[in-house]
Amino acid sequence: MPLELTAFDAELLAGAHGEAAAFAMRLLAKFAEAVGARRFLDIEAAHVDGCLYLGKASLDFVERLIALGGRVRAPTTLNVGSVDLLHPDLFRGDAQLGANGRRLMQAHLALGCLPTFTCAPYQTRHRPRFGAQIAWGESNAIVFANSVIGARTERYGDFIDLSCAMTGRAPEFGLHIGANRRARILVEIVDIPAEWDGAELACVAVGHLVGRLGEGVPAISGLPATTCEDDLKALGAAAASSGAVALFHAIGLTPEAPTLDAAFAGLAPERVVRFTADDLREAARSLSTIRDGAPIDAVTLGTPHFSIGEFARLTPLLEGEKPRVEIWINCNRETLEALRARGWEEKLQAAGVILVVDTCTYVTKLMRDGQRAIMTNSGKCAYYAPGNLGAEVAFGSLRECVASARAGRVTRL
Amino acid sequence: MSVFVAGQTLAQGAATGAPLALDEPLSFWGGLDVKTGRIIDRWHPQVGEQVTGRVLMMPAGRGSSSGSAALAEALRVGVGPAAILLLKRDGIVVVGALAAAELYGRACPVALIAREDWTRLRAAGRLDVRAGPDGSRIAVPDD
Repeated sequence: MPLELTAFDAELLAGAHGEAAAFAMRLLAKFAEAVGARRFLDIEAAHVDGCLYLGKASLDFVERLIALGGRVRAPTTLNVGSVDLLHPDLFRGDAQLGANGRRLMQAHLALGCLPTFTCAPYQTRHRPRFGAQIAWGESNAIVFANSVIGARTERYGDFIDLSCAMTGRAPEFGLHIGANRRARILVEIVDIPAEWDGAELACVAVGHLVGRLGEGVPAISGLPATTCEDDLKALGAAAASSGAVALFHAIGLTPEAPTLDAAFAGLAPERVVRFTADDLREAARSLSTIRDGAPIDAVTLGTPHFSIGEFARLTPLLEGEKPRVEIWINCNRETLEALRARGWEEKLQAAGVILVVDTCTYVTKLMRDGQRAIMTNSGKCAYYAPGNLGAEVAFGSLRECVASARAGRVTRL
Repeated sequence: MSVFVAGQTLAQGAATGAPLALDEPLSFWGGLDVKTGRIIDRWHPQVGEQVTGRVLMMPAGRGSSSGSAALAEALRVGVGPAAILLLKRDGIVVVGALAAAELYGRACPVALIAREDWTRLRAAGRLDVRAGPDGSRIAVPDD
């Protein structure tokens, strides 16, 4: 089936809105054909995951758009880059890589993208509204936007997220279409380990298990009533690491799933999966590569970026004895401002916290060479750190992370 | 007499090479060393194989949305595949190939083929892929 182009799409292709937009639209048209889309739709916003330097091709692509006089047509937030532009001294990687990384971040700004440099654009003033059609990159942001906000995006990646931004258009397919958003798999959480307080560990464990279920939108029932937005963030990030999950529903918690019936659009689940407390314990345990009691060199938090709510839970835990190992925390610039406004930055620093913005400890070389054994409360960080950083990792709750930082070894509560 | 198989063009171009059929989907990001063209995903059955100059036959793309830049980078460096044949539509693979064609003039044709052609194509010594605007033709030349 050929693509149906609007008059505006045809103008974009013909170069009436500039050569850069035409270049982006050519790519988008081929992408649309490849995924079987029939037409394009307008987007309200884009989130571009192209700032992390992976090789010269990513730089060449953005600089080509600049050379062609390009400018984004939709409000466009940026994902993390390779360096912390506000704290450049934190970068401990190869100098050439750092220079290219900085150049790539600045090239995106030259196209008119916003300097958010965060994997959690949903924690900024640019958070989309329910039902908004958007084109987002970054797996955790995609799953959050679809699931927790009810905005609509497919899984966009390099070049395509930016092409959507440059044109203000996205192919109409997949999760942009209401009918494709209904749940197919029912995931019943039978019980949660009694020793786990709150929903924090349960959500990561469930996310890790849900990612492995394969194709089909999952709807999860039986999460704790105390599950908050940060817990859902962690669930989505874990599911989008162990699998390609772009949308989940949580019955009674997420906006498209007030009831089981609403999540399944009145139809029966195609599959029902049950997880018990033992399954959850095993999932959480599998995220650690070091044993309890083993020494750790650092704690890293904020993958995805730490929210102001998470800082509010952390600060009381830090009162008292100073941790023996550094605590690295990734957050975005808006959250850093909010911390400063509350007078928390000094308190955190006094407790041995190193604040990182614009990037993340798990994708770039920030931590010291000797920091090979790390602890985190992030399922996503635990999943990727061994491969990305060559680090050994322990996964645990926020309280366990702080207790372990104090003890200098993996401590369970 | 050559055998011809028809496919749907996803990215245009013409190339010849020995087939390398993957038994499982591959993510180019994290799965392909863009400096050497070798498969480095330690969970992948074809880990250690080199895609350079091969007609890469993939059941589907997989996982990370950072795959397009990795494919484009491999093609820029000159260690990418000669052509890609897919069983399932995949936008990420197509965009990587198209970006390399636009930026570097290095065409890596991508075509969608039918499952029933998979076995005989993977068994060939060499494949000649011509992905034109009106469709693709994959020939198994007589040796």
